[in-house]
Amino acid sequence: MGQKVLLNAKEVNIILHRLACQLIEKHKDFTNTVLIGIQPRGKYLANRLITLLKEDYKIKNLQTGQLDITFYRDDFRRSDKPLEANATEMDCVVEDKKVVFIDDVLYTGRSIRSALTAIQSFGRPKEIELLTLIDRRFSRHLPIQPDYRGRQVDAINEEKVKVNWIENEGEDVVYLIYS
Amino acid sequence: MSELSVNHLLGIKYLNKKDIELIFKTADHFKEVINRPIKKVPSLRDITIANLFFENSTRTKLSFELAEKRLSADVINFSAAQSSVKKGETLIDTVNNILSMKVDMVVMRHPNPGAGVFLSKHVSASIINAGDGAHEHPTQALLDSYSIREKLGEVKGKNVVIVGDILHSRVALSNIFALQLQGANVMVCGPKTLIPKYIDKLGVKVETNLRKALNWCDVANMLRVQNERMDVSYFPTTREYAQQFGVDKTLLDSLDKEITIMHPGPINRGVEITSDVADSKQAIILDQVQNGVAIRMAVIYLLASKIKQ
Repeated sequence: MGQKVLLNAKEVNIILHRLACQLIEKHKDFTNTVLIGIQPRGKYLANRLITLLKEDYKIKNLQTGQLDITFYRDDFRRSDKPLEANATEMDCVVEDKKVVFIDDVLYTGRSIRSALTAIQSFGRPKEIELLTLIDRRFSRHLPIQPDYRGRQVDAINEEKVKVNWIENEGEDVVYLIYS
Repeated sequence: MSELSVNHLLGIKYLNKKDIELIFKTADHFKEVINRPIKKVPSLRDITIANLFFENSTRTKLSFELAEKRLSADVINFSAAQSSVKKGETLIDTVNNILSMKVDMVVMRHPNPGAGVFLSKHVSASIINAGDGAHEHPTQALLDSYSIREKLGEVKGKNVVIVGDILHSRVALSNIFALQLQGANVMVCGPKTLIPKYIDKLGVKVETNLRKALNWCDVANMLRVQNERMDVSYFPTTREYAQQFGVDKTLLDSLDKEITIMHPGPINRGVEITSDVADSKQAIILDQVQNGVAIRMAVIYLLASKIKQ
């Protein structure tokens, strides 16, 4: 098993700034926008973007949340491993809001399909967009595409993309892991 | 992630500490779910659950049914009073008939101790014991411990006294197992006639003086006197029982510290606790009911995840 670096810390940082700017371009002052990190891994990317938007781009009153999709997944009783739930924190109303889902890797699209169902428990958003750091194209099982993407990657199915964050794994880096 | 060590929930006796931790952790997530604007998740869309109640129940039955519906399971209800059991059908026949309608899980309350264990050996579905005679009532014990954990932070090291009719109580036995598994100290308190003879063999303290018991404890779980299970008279009068083993506000206020009052319901107001105690801030009786739905969702979800397609 080997691995190669897809993005190093500097590249991740540049991409985060670009994604933050793209969000500002579209959402202006974010009054009607809710940024939602998809649990478990999307919350790290969401938190980094939120910090950037607040500190570097002086956006105030950001509405944010974390959504867990475990109970909405379509592979309950179908996967070998039991599904582990994570915390959902939705302290804001999504009714009639522009929601942006934030996740680290878009692969089959099934997580996002589940998130689209899960978010309905909190109201009816006006629109929903998807932001992802890594877009593994050619691997989709469902017709789901990101609105904002950090980097597009051509990884085959046996390969894995691993996103590490400094606050969790001690470094900002994206690896392609192959067997 | 870990999964439950069992395929059925027949009693706390069959669980280990990790199982209880997993159930509580899962219940935390479901508690958040049931406080959402839309309180339903689609996880169990393809699971059918039969609620078989061979004995009366209001709270437990409603709580299970709500938990099942919140998980999107299909639910069928059966109560013995309106069934062919009256016509002489055996338990296994009744259940096998229901299972042939493609039922995946059975929630059963039965007057005979061990009915759940017996059934689990003869049928293929996953069984949840919702009370079997005076034996066990595992989901009640789980929600009681969960409520203590929620109120006091943790169960470990806490002193819990179970007061009342221990002899006829399945709640008492399941609670003793669950609390001890989590490292709590357990005492039972009641008239000598309502305390089983060898209960101290389970490692619980026995006390017949209510004031002493309350002064020792952090939590008092008040049980109902189960008149319907009493074939002979175990104490002279209800009035005398209430005087010796009933908790009123004066007694509660005279204690050295503030204790938490629990009750599995239904309450006989004025017997085991007075109305002002039941409605006081120290009582977490209605929290127990709310937690009951989350706990049952967790148990059903975790057992259902072990039913392979």
